Amino acid sequence: MARIDDIAIGDRLPEFRYETDTVGQFLYNAALWNAHRIHFDYPYATGEENYPGLVVAGPLMGDWLSQCVLEWLGDEGRLLRFEYANRRAAFVGDVLLSRGEVSEINLTSRTATVTLEIVNESGDQLTPGSAVVQFSA
Amino acid sequence: MPELITEELRSQIGLSPEPRTELVTRRDIRKYAVATGQRLRKYLDGDEAPPLFHLALFWDVVEQDKLSPDGVALDNWLPEFPLKRAMAGKLQLEYHQPILPGQTLTARRTLCDMYEKQGSSGPLIFYEVSTDVSDATGAAVLTERATRILR
Repeated sequence: MARIDDIAIGDRLPEFRYETDTVGQFLYNAALWNAHRIHFDYPYATGEENYPGLVVAGPLMGDWLSQCVLEWLGDEGRLLRFEYANRRAAFVGDVLLSRGEVSEINLTSRTATVTLEIVNESGDQLTPGSAVVQFSA
Repeated sequence: MPELITEELRSQIGLSPEPRTELVTRRDIRKYAVATGQRLRKYLDGDEAPPLFHLALFWDVVEQDKLSPDGVALDNWLPEFPLKRAMAGKLQLEYHQPILPGQTLTARRTLCDMYEKQGSSGPLIFYEVSTDVSDATGAAVLTERATRILR
């Protein structure tokens, strides 16, 4: 777990690797109650919308970014702000990496900013993001 | 370039649908936590909701004949935009208190901005929707600002 006195700009957050599959997409869209066919209907996604495969849900990648922050922070503080943008799509079967690093530290407010990203195996940045956390006193 | 966003459309900024109230259950948190591959016990056990759980809590539940042919529940409180195909956008969140099982939460949405830009393959419309989530006492839980893109 990170503590504000021990962290430095450039510190890497834990990285997580996701092998995207259809079961994961089914469970996520079922939890949302999202019937968007690009996530589960292969003939529709490829034939009607011309995607190379089933599209990985955008907010799922946002969630994966938040997991880097929360597992790094542990019980040492709380999430104040979090944002992400879905810039490029991922497709079922892609292997994705969720990672981040500390980009700002403010000892007075006991806050830190972390910069986050999801990249695919080709190194394309799909989902950039950032978070601000506050460490407990 | 002709203006896609007319004055009439722009006058819809500030539009707000009826607030929505939902009960947070441990089972729904657990399903969300499993579906997103959480590793922290407090999420997997449903003791606390992960930070994007509210997306599932307030996702529209509409009858099947209200879904568009591609399976999307349309935001029917929003004005009709001259571009139709939605692209994924951006989400910005500010957190005030964690979401716990047993809470009754209310979401208030507002269409807060719209503008157009020229993209590499044609015009794009951006619109922004803010969502304020509060608990049963009226205390703020989180504030979300979503930027959505139409092409």
